[in-house]
Amino acid sequence: MAESKNILEIRDLHKEFYIKGQQFKVLSGVNLEVKRGEMLAIVGASGCGKSTMLKLITTLEPISSGEILLDGEPVNGPSPKCSMIFQEARLFPWLTVRQNIEFVIPDTVSKEKKAEMVDYYTKLVGLSDFINAVPNQLSGGMQQRVSIARALATRPELLLLDEPFGALDAFTRMTMQQEVLRIWEQDKTTMIIVTHDIDEAIYLSNRVVIMGKNPGVVKKIVPVDLPFPRDRTDSEFLKIRGEIMKEFLGT
Amino acid sequence: MFNLRSKNSAGQRRTLLCIAIVFPILVILLWQYASSSGLVKASLVPAPLTIAKTFVSYIESGKLWKNLSVSFGRVACGYLIGALCGVIAGFLMGLFKPINAALSGIVSVLRPIPTIALVPIVILLAGIGFVSKVVIIAFGSFWPVLLNTIHGIQTVDGKLLEVAYTYRIPTGKTIFKIIVPSSIPAILTGLRLGMSSAWMSVVAAEMIASSTGIGYLITLSRETANARVMYMCVLVIGVIGLVIDKGLTRLEHYYLAKTRGSVDGK
Repeated sequence: MAESKNILEIRDLHKEFYIKGQQFKVLSGVNLEVKRGEMLAIVGASGCGKSTMLKLITTLEPISSGEILLDGEPVNGPSPKCSMIFQEARLFPWLTVRQNIEFVIPDTVSKEKKAEMVDYYTKLVGLSDFINAVPNQLSGGMQQRVSIARALATRPELLLLDEPFGALDAFTRMTMQQEVLRIWEQDKTTMIIVTHDIDEAIYLSNRVVIMGKNPGVVKKIVPVDLPFPRDRTDSEFLKIRGEIMKEFLGT
Repeated sequence: MFNLRSKNSAGQRRTLLCIAIVFPILVILLWQYASSSGLVKASLVPAPLTIAKTFVSYIESGKLWKNLSVSFGRVACGYLIGALCGVIAGFLMGLFKPINAALSGIVSVLRPIPTIALVPIVILLAGIGFVSKVVIIAFGSFWPVLLNTIHGIQTVDGKLLEVAYTYRIPTGKTIFKIIVPSSIPAILTGLRLGMSSAWMSVVAAEMIASSTGIGYLITLSRETANARVMYMCVLVIGVIGLVIDKGLTRLEHYYLAKTRGSVDGK
């Protein structure tokens, strides 16, 4: 089979949780296709299962029924083609920035090559000067940058970001959004970003997927055909924002 | 008096520090007065000055140091064995559920046994020599190390394990490079408490047919009804215990700050 055009295909995905014997439907028949090189944003009210979906893609949680195809193959255990960035940076506090990034590069890679990759990705996220610092010496935004560098160092074809800037203050968040855009344009890794910030979704993505709650389904997909970098006060931007807002208020 | 503000102002802190220094001095002065004025029998409760004089004379004659150094040697041996066993057993119990299931019953029965209650059994099994003293101290220091090691391993952050899973980190690397380092703060706490506990067991250990050691000095002073030496030894044990604990706490914080940056105000 030739390299598939879609890096990710989700077909009729269902996920149920059982809490004290009671069934909770989190996802009920989600269908989604993500093109190679795309930046996709997923928005939805809390509890709509958007984070759960990322956990299913990384197999942190088992799926109930349906299918997830990563690069044409059904996912079966964590794939080297896919990396995940969590809301918290989740760095190892006893390792330096360099060691944290090196940690996830497979040991089949030579030492020199590893060092080279670490240098490259710390530079990409603008942290070359802090390569020997430990996480506790870095600010929250810087820690999240290290986490991004770590995720990219495994050379994933798909990068999942689970509310990556949710714990950061508004200013740091805006800088980080610009950073991610810059990295995306430079690195061309496909990214799926889950967020509850509609502005963030429009600012970053090619398409915004709006998910509904109870049961969790894809309600609408809104394409964002605006040139980068985007202006949050632009009338087109605001029009799309209004369109997405309407979906939320309509529920 | 009591307020919810976590930080006291500089003035308040100074006042509290003054109280912390002045109050013990008052207690000592009162004690001195009570003892020297005959309010309490000096043969039962010797005055602080008498105890201090005894202390100085024991230092000058070298008696105190001679006995202390013997005790230190026993504590060091017992502690090394107890702590090592505690760390190893803690790792096995923390990492492997079947081992934990097999041993947790035994542990919960043995743990509450006071070290001193073990003395007769240890004499029976190991005689009255150096070994039995070391065994007692090892037993005392084993528990805090064991429990803290298990706790450290079992409370490894599940979020870091999720990271290891998504990046396909092999099991061995996950254990030695994530679980072990993340349990180090808890293990250090265990090692510190184990040391305190080893030092506290020394008196019990030296009740076994000793002719040296700080514990022996206490036993001897009891037999000769020498209250001054008794009080002096007890105080010396307390002060040394305090110094050990403070020293190790410092060392622990220094190590964590050095390897992991600031330890968030803890």
